[in-house]
Amino acid sequence: MSYKPELAISHPVDAAAGKTGSWRDFRPTVDTAKCIKCLRCWISCPDACIKRGEDDSISIDYVYCKGCGICANECPTSAISMTREG
Amino acid sequence: MIMIDTGDRIAAKAAQMARPEFIAAYPITPQTVIVEKTAEMVESGELDAEYMRVESEHSAMAAVVAAASTGTRTFTATSSQGLALMHEALHWAAMSRVPVVMVDVNRALGPGWNLWADQSDATSQRDTGWIQLYCSDGQEIFDTIIQAYRLAEMQDVHVPVMVNFDAFVLSHTSMPVDIPEQSEIDAFLPPWKPAWKLDPAEPITFAPLVPPLYYGGMRKNLHQGLLNAQSRFPEVCREWKERFGTFHGDLVEEVRCADAEFVIVTMGAFGAEARVAVDELRRQGIKAGLARVRMLWPFPDEVFRRLAPGRRFVVIDRNVSPGAGGALHAQLKSALYGYANSPVYGFIAGLGGRDVTFSDMCAMVNRATSGTAVDVEWWGIED
Repeated sequence: MSYKPELAISHPVDAAAGKTGSWRDFRPTVDTAKCIKCLRCWISCPDACIKRGEDDSISIDYVYCKGCGICANECPTSAISMTREG
Repeated sequence: MIMIDTGDRIAAKAAQMARPEFIAAYPITPQTVIVEKTAEMVESGELDAEYMRVESEHSAMAAVVAAASTGTRTFTATSSQGLALMHEALHWAAMSRVPVVMVDVNRALGPGWNLWADQSDATSQRDTGWIQLYCSDGQEIFDTIIQAYRLAEMQDVHVPVMVNFDAFVLSHTSMPVDIPEQSEIDAFLPPWKPAWKLDPAEPITFAPLVPPLYYGGMRKNLHQGLLNAQSRFPEVCREWKERFGTFHGDLVEEVRCADAEFVIVTMGAFGAEARVAVDELRRQGIKAGLARVRMLWPFPDEVFRRLAPGRRFVVIDRNVSPGAGGALHAQLKSALYGYANSPVYGFIAGLGGRDVTFSDMCAMVNRATSGTAVDVEWWGIED
């Protein structure tokens, strides 16, 4: 019998919703002088847009970052600031 | 081994022997004994399964759907208001295509508050995409639960199954049951091999957003899965008969139908009583038979189209869709449209646990033989 049950399944892929950085109203920027490498932003980012370096320094993937501001909110040293996109 | 016990405890025994790995259930009269007994089996080690205590029936169904999504065989049981509370999750189970098996002990819905037998709880879940099977005695409860797992887990089915039996009349009545050896059950029901499952090693998402272009196709595919179950269930029952010797009919159990002119159509415990009625009617010289529906959804249209020519149907529904009528009566007429012009007389009887004896059933058939039967009669209810 050729019948197969169908179920809605999605497989993880990069950017299933496109380059979501274009959705951003506020842009996070990191002040590396203030960053203590605690990685709270890296854990908290819902879109995995905080990139962790080998020395635990962080950078932001602006192609997908939607600008939600959670990283700035979580940062204990206020090293991440949100500024309106031009 | 012969075991003499109540329907609920027989159901728990069947669940144990099906070797579920996960159970989540919430107690409600008259199903409570199943919850207690299976919990006891897990606690004592007789059953190697995870038992999740939940705060509601909705959560019980959500939990078994989630567990089944990981490729785990699951069991749950409920009744009446509990089944109604599960309603949303019943749809979720069917569209998730998980082969969950659930016992529903048929009890009336409130208000008025009523604990007794009534199939409206299950019949009102028709459109959720579940296969519904109905049992008429203890042996059938045991056999049907094991058969339900086999059916649900078939690769071309993958649809959840609800196994129904009447509150108290069956759930709390002791009956002898022949219990096979565990090894015999294992041979009939090997471990489930899921076609897909949630697995951290290979991450996928179940049930994401499905756009209009694909949604209808999924519904059609589920519809086909139920129809496949209808064609596969007779082979499951035949194989059961070959292995264990018991047979309760497949989609429909036909009793003395071959030369019958008046065929009682009913399901559940009424089916056992109707056997007695048929014998009594035969003694009175009336050519009576019984077509006891085991699989209500999907409805066995073909069986009744075959039986219809030259016969009259006396349908006894222990359920009602207010404003529409009895489920069996409506579905039987729908099945015959365009195929046969057999009269179909409907009786709505025994709601909320009111007793209906073989004498009542004989009287219903006598209405049909004397030409005084109408389209629908509410049995024993004064206008």
